[in-house]
Amino acid sequence: MSSTALLYLDGVTVSFDGFKALNALSLVIEPGELRTIIGPNGAGKTTMMDVITGKTRPDSGTAVFAGIHDLTRLDEAAIATLGIGRKFQKPTVFENLTVFENLELALEGNHSVGYALLHRLGPDELDRLDALLARVGLSTRAEDPAGLLSHGQKQWLEIGMLLAHDPQLILLDEPVAGMTDAETAATAALIVELARDRTIVVVEHDMEFVRDLGAKVTVLHEGSVLAEGSIDAVQNHPRVIEVYLGR
Amino acid sequence: MRRGPALLGRTGWLVFAAAAILALVVVPGLATLPPPDSGLRLPAYLVPLFGKYLCYALLALALDLIWGFAGILSLGQGAFFALGGYCMGMYLMRQIGTRGVYGNAELPDFMVFLNWKSLPWPWWFFGYFPYAMVMALVVPGLLAAAFGWLAFRSRVTGVYLSIITQAMTYALMLAFFRNDMGFGGNNGLTDFKDILGFEIQAPATRLTLYAVTAATLGAAFLLCRFIVTSKLGRILLALRDAEARVRFLGYSTAGAKLFVFVLSAMLCGLAGALYVPQVGIINPGEFAPGNSIEIAIWVAVGGRGTLGGAILGALVVNLAKTWLTDAAPEAWLFVLGALFILVTLLLPKGILGLAARLSPILGRRLVPARSGSDV
Repeated sequence: MSSTALLYLDGVTVSFDGFKALNALSLVIEPGELRTIIGPNGAGKTTMMDVITGKTRPDSGTAVFAGIHDLTRLDEAAIATLGIGRKFQKPTVFENLTVFENLELALEGNHSVGYALLHRLGPDELDRLDALLARVGLSTRAEDPAGLLSHGQKQWLEIGMLLAHDPQLILLDEPVAGMTDAETAATAALIVELARDRTIVVVEHDMEFVRDLGAKVTVLHEGSVLAEGSIDAVQNHPRVIEVYLGR
Repeated sequence: MRRGPALLGRTGWLVFAAAAILALVVVPGLATLPPPDSGLRLPAYLVPLFGKYLCYALLALALDLIWGFAGILSLGQGAFFALGGYCMGMYLMRQIGTRGVYGNAELPDFMVFLNWKSLPWPWWFFGYFPYAMVMALVVPGLLAAAFGWLAFRSRVTGVYLSIITQAMTYALMLAFFRNDMGFGGNNGLTDFKDILGFEIQAPATRLTLYAVTAATLGAAFLLCRFIVTSKLGRILLALRDAEARVRFLGYSTAGAKLFVFVLSAMLCGLAGALYVPQVGIINPGEFAPGNSIEIAIWVAVGGRGTLGGAILGALVVNLAKTWLTDAAPEAWLFVLGALFILVTLLLPKGILGLAARLSPILGRRLVPARSGSDV
């Protein structure tokens, strides 16, 4: 296997009642890479994310993180601790906690029960939380319950929570779904900036947004990779036109 | 600078201090100082009754910690209460010594009656008060740890957890009803004589037991406040609403739930141990599934997710119960059922929520906005 890859999937198969959601999927993500994944509904995009984050166990195949961690044997909490952060399609912020408390829970560090019971926020952490609030543009909403935020603001808060966790690899599942055009463009700029010092995998339908990201694109179809390359190369690929773009 | 919520706000400390003075100065004062025939004198029978209410309040507090803040609706808290009560009851039985009907120094009366020759092993060392007290915490704690480990690890939540906790307390009730379990069968443990050498029926002993219960309740309240104002409190609130998301942040939600579940069970055991010397009996009826459901009603009436509301709910409902079971005994269960329906429909945040609606300023201090109304 490739020794430099941050994420290495090989021959991953997942079936639900005989339906193969993933069919011998292979994917290699290098450190520092920004990768976009597209594909029609049912192509296996979400299932792939589920396998990487430990939510779904593959029937067969290899999933290795940073060359040493076997993701098929670890549970969700352990994988999150390794440094893989995931943003779900639907915003899932904690609506009963304030924006500030949402970010506090997402901070990296000791996650044991005893530590959570006895630890009080120090000046370093407060500075870090204020910086995160500023970065996602929510400084003025810090003390409001997250349930009161707009849909777009919840997505931003969730990206802030991913950053607070300081993951090496970020998985973004349709980050701009439901956003206005202006919010979409701002989100693309934020993701490109974040990709400078970490690895990001984006699953998206919005082709304008994919073009804005300007990254290598992988097309999934029926649970395996159909094509890979630049956005232009992929858009001109005959099989891709047939199954996805040309519909 | 934000530093997370305080242990108690200024209003909170004022209410706490007032309650402490009422419970630890006014009540003992009225029970001892005025002459016995004066109208101000608190009748002797009321002291253990108040002590009993405070034990119930401790139970409600323990349930609110796990239900209001972590979404664990355990309907088996009565089992932990009864186990703590049995531990205290076994100590009190061993103190009877030769004063029993059969005058056997080694064996309690019911064992002599069953023709047993020696003390069964679960009773060993229960003659020592410290051992019995440790067991009153450890036995419920261990049961909760084993039960919670299996349930939370398998991600059993919501109504399924409620049902299996009901089954747990029901199974224990059936077991304790059996004579050969060795805990007195359906008669339970009673006819206690003294505790730590003091006559258990003496007014001074009863007043002391009451005061110890009040102080324990106050300490338990502050302990629960400490937990819910810590980062762990935020984790619990978060997992109550979106457990999978908390797991993805890298927290062990099973660990956090197990911690508060075990602590809650130990508080229930403590409540049981304080309850038994004040009411003078422990029997398998305390395991009845209905008892555990009643605790949930107290919490709902007072206001879930507020801690103080749970204590208030337990006191209000039990005062009403004492009055009504005397005035119109057959009506009580209907009133209790109607109360639960009315509170669920009209007062989703309980009495404290109602106070918050009537007086927004006071309400904001007493009821945090985040105390959710969802079950």
